[in-house]
Amino acid sequence: MADFDPDVTDLGTGRDEVQFRFRDDEQADVAAVTVDSFLDQADADAVRIEPGDDTRDLLPHLGRLRLVEVNFPSYTDGRGYSAARLLREHGYTGELRAVGDVLVDQLAYMRRCGIDSFAPDRWLDEAAAQKALGILPEVYQSAADASTPIWKLRHG
Amino acid sequence: MYQYDQHDQAMVQARVEQFRDQVQRRLDGKMTEDQFKPLRLQNGLYQQLHAYMLRVAVPYGTLSSRQMHALADIADKYDRGYGHFTTRQNIQYNWIKLEETPDLLADLAKVEMHAIQTSGNCIRNISSDQYAGAAADEVVDPRPYAELLRQWSTFHPEFAFLPRKFKIAVIASEQDRAAMRLHDIGINIVKNEAGELGAAFYVGGGMGRTPMIAPCIREFVPLDQLVTYAESVLRVYNRHGRRDNKYKARIKILVHETGAEEFTRQVEEEFAHLLDQGVEPPLAELDRIRSFFQQPEFATGLSEKADRSDPEFALWIDRNCSPHKVPGYVSAAISLKPVGGIPGDASAEQMHLMADIAKEYSFDECRVTHAQNVILPHVEIGKLYEVWQKLEAAGLGTPNLDQVGDIIACPGLDYCSLANARSIPVAQKISERFDETGKGDVLGELKLKISGCINACGHHHAGHIGILGVDRKGTENYQLLLGGSEAEDVSLAKITGPGFDEAGIVNAVETVTDLYLAQRADGERFLDTYRRIGMEPFKEALYG
Repeated sequence: MADFDPDVTDLGTGRDEVQFRFRDDEQADVAAVTVDSFLDQADADAVRIEPGDDTRDLLPHLGRLRLVEVNFPSYTDGRGYSAARLLREHGYTGELRAVGDVLVDQLAYMRRCGIDSFAPDRWLDEAAAQKALGILPEVYQSAADASTPIWKLRHG
Repeated sequence: MYQYDQHDQAMVQARVEQFRDQVQRRLDGKMTEDQFKPLRLQNGLYQQLHAYMLRVAVPYGTLSSRQMHALADIADKYDRGYGHFTTRQNIQYNWIKLEETPDLLADLAKVEMHAIQTSGNCIRNISSDQYAGAAADEVVDPRPYAELLRQWSTFHPEFAFLPRKFKIAVIASEQDRAAMRLHDIGINIVKNEAGELGAAFYVGGGMGRTPMIAPCIREFVPLDQLVTYAESVLRVYNRHGRRDNKYKARIKILVHETGAEEFTRQVEEEFAHLLDQGVEPPLAELDRIRSFFQQPEFATGLSEKADRSDPEFALWIDRNCSPHKVPGYVSAAISLKPVGGIPGDASAEQMHLMADIAKEYSFDECRVTHAQNVILPHVEIGKLYEVWQKLEAAGLGTPNLDQVGDIIACPGLDYCSLANARSIPVAQKISERFDETGKGDVLGELKLKISGCINACGHHHAGHIGILGVDRKGTENYQLLLGGSEAEDVSLAKITGPGFDEAGIVNAVETVTDLYLAQRADGERFLDTYRRIGMEPFKEALYG
């Protein structure tokens, strides 16, 4: 993944409601269901996490998931960041899509938490989004992306 | 003190450009005020009653003389020639123009400073003991641990939209000079029986409308797991902290409602998981940071006695100087509480002078305290008289550290859009009253703290005497509280009864101190007498 690469020019082309996508595989044509429905349906392969859901309920089922949508009903509710990172830490490698009130200035943090596609309620200005993604040159901490933390750059 | 390398510098520089872009988008109308608000807040920019207020981070309160000079220049260039030192060891400017903030931040970046995360629902500037590296009683200098956490928390991608703001304090001595247990996380660096350093974690303290004292949830976190443990606490909070009610969103409510034991279990579970995730910087990074906090080259064989023949100077030594770990030195407090002054305010001229004195007499360092004063951490006892004379000439020599005139006060209704009542005039009138009557000189240690609303920015819950301004049917009313402490003997103040008007609260403070003077036993502070005799006699004196 090319996180925080200021030279990124291709923000990816999604289809339907997905505006930006940072994956090479084909976008799954699946409909996400609620966490409760997902847990009830043994063949469901896509789920949408709401802020109040316990992401840990999904951990035993990561193998059958192709798409996880993390909903941000309001950009000020940051629970989705923890949800995304938890999924990545537990080995989920499928598409992790932010949906809802996704704004330009949150994109970089979301990428760092492992989110790799974006379907904002309101279409984002592409130039502004690109700039926002590349603005911080380095990172201080390790998260769910491939960025090398500054402490590692200092000590190898 | 800590110095930026190219990585740190690149980060603050990038932030300046990012904010410049955000401000431009706001000015161009491409962003609504609602969308802009959280972005400006994460750069410490508030919209206040009359203008924008900008809060600049002073990590763990430590400033070099160069930085203090730069803060003075900013006061002249972008404000009206003043700065206001805060209870978070930061500095605020009250008369800022939005369009000038990017340039202001660029000026800060030139001296390795910033306003990153000084407000908003994120991890705020990390505070510490103002006597760090100097205090005779410290286990170790706590600042390297605060710096490690500063870097970890800066632009943390998971914790930028927490339920509410999040404040961390780090100390390393039994005496608590940073109100450690009244923070979201309080860390005390301690030594275990094997002589190894580790961190005791206190979680869920705070003031505000529901004051709480943080319980200890882990007595010893090894230093090579410090960041991981902090991350675990933050994750549990981010996932489970309440978001349905802003007034119940701080971590203290989560700890209280979940129960400290169950909360601790959740943190430990997350901790066990995160230990395998590689979030902890290597100890080499801590060593690198520590190398910036080496002791200055103190002189040896210095005199340990000052010439006390000038009685005013002798009083200032007794009141404003604290023991130093190296013989021949003390830490000296510059009081920003002149009689009748605005607590925590300093003019650009005064800031320049403090910077010059820090450079000449204190190894180029000064510290901001949570009580809104400035400390010169390492002053030769033999040079104290010179220092005092220079301070005195600039109105900075008030001998009242931890005395009744050393009042903590929030900006109150004079500046703050949240306030219900004015704080500053009350502080001014109390300090004037006790100066006129001369009673201030006989009271000894007495910590008086004033908040202009229940958000408690003026720490009234932790005052030996606390004052809370409220709005009562459209008029300002002041409640009196007694018995709080932010120190190692931490306690929460209790309200005496019905409130007072502005003149009445000044009288009420005098009444309770008169009772103390009549009742005190040998060596008792106001707080000790209150704890011994209880609230009733005070109520009787006030309302009886």
